[in-house]
Amino acid sequence: MTEGKVEFELVSPERLLMSETVDMVVVPGAEGDFGVLPRHSLLISAVRRGVIQAWKNNTVSDRIFVAGGFCEVTAERCTVLAEEGVRVDDIDKDAIQAELKNLREDAADAKTPDERSAVESRIAIHEAMLEAAG
Amino acid sequence: MASLKELRSRIASVKSTQKITSAMKMVAAAKLRRAQEQAEEARPYAERMDRMLASLAASLQGRNGVSPMLAGTGADKTHLLLVITSDRGLCGGFNTSIVRRARQMANDLRAEGKTVRIICIGRKGRDQLRRDFADEIVNSFTEVGRRKLSFEDADQIAAQVAELFTAGEFDVCTMIYNRFKSVISQIVTTQLLIPVAPPEGDEEDSDGAASAVYSYEPDEAEILADLLPRNLAVQVFRGLLESAASEHGARMSAMDNATRNAGDMINGLTLTYNRTRQAQITKELIEIISGAEAL
Repeated sequence: MTEGKVEFELVSPERLLMSETVDMVVVPGAEGDFGVLPRHSLLISAVRRGVIQAWKNNTVSDRIFVAGGFCEVTAERCTVLAEEGVRVDDIDKDAIQAELKNLREDAADAKTPDERSAVESRIAIHEAMLEAAG
Repeated sequence: MASLKELRSRIASVKSTQKITSAMKMVAAAKLRRAQEQAEEARPYAERMDRMLASLAASLQGRNGVSPMLAGTGADKTHLLLVITSDRGLCGGFNTSIVRRARQMANDLRAEGKTVRIICIGRKGRDQLRRDFADEIVNSFTEVGRRKLSFEDADQIAAQVAELFTAGEFDVCTMIYNRFKSVISQIVTTQLLIPVAPPEGDEEDSDGAASAVYSYEPDEAEILADLLPRNLAVQVFRGLLESAASEHGARMSAMDNATRNAGDMINGLTLTYNRTRQAQITKELIEIISGAEAL
């Protein structure tokens, strides 16, 4: 453990997305964004859709889009369990646009309310992803 | 004794079988590597999920109105078995051992006067269980993760389990799957999904004590309401991944055996073939010589 640093881990069900030691992590919590600095108090929070920022040397070193999940903070660690995560730099806008188009068609075809709400949440995720990519 | 021609065709056919089995072995080996990697990559998430759930459960202990998915419904009349098998055969005792365990559990539960329900994942398990438990099978999934297992597959299954639970269709849910230990050894594992098994062991006592002062955002109950179905999906996902890795491992060793057996068989047949051929030549020679002597 390095003094004055936070061990930041981001895991999705499919793999470990990131595991690094950083200065600060900004997490989009369910009740507002919060920054995690070393010696943060113990916290478990839900994470809403948005971008997680990892800070190193006063600059944002990594920006990762997550579709939601949970975050556990201890004095020296910040662990985010994301439902889905992708680095903002890796977001392929064209692919997302195409996917969005498909999803919108699916939404129009959806028969049951369950199906529709599932598709709509996918749309919302993709829209947020686009927005994050800016 | 078989004629030379028959022997030749036997050898040819065993050889082609050997080619098939060794090709299947190669394929299984390649798939195994991928499946094993996937299973290993998924482990950190499941571990952290467990940790979070454990600390939540600890802070909610002794309170009223805890979600029944965590604490149980208080009854254990109806059991749901989630049986994970493969879609294809030719993988040794992989499916048989799962089915045997499932059947045994179901019979035991029945003997205790409890109701059993079964959800099958994988065609092989469904086909084998259908004979005895046709009425108990609520649903079955096949071709799960045929190309690549994704979390959505697990999520779908978990969603259905959660739905059945909310509808009060069962009290206890157990998952039966093959845990991947190594290529030659897969362990039939039963895991309690609902209610959530209490965290075992006291070695994490220090963590447990710390969990008391966690703050929650929003509150515990709300997080728990999100976390529990998610945990279910994660556990199912883990089961699917382990099972997939086990399947390829089992198939690989089964095919390895088959290839070796075919090799032994070819050796034996070739020996017989050569002996027969020699015997025939000798016989012909004797005929010629005795013919010549008679003159």
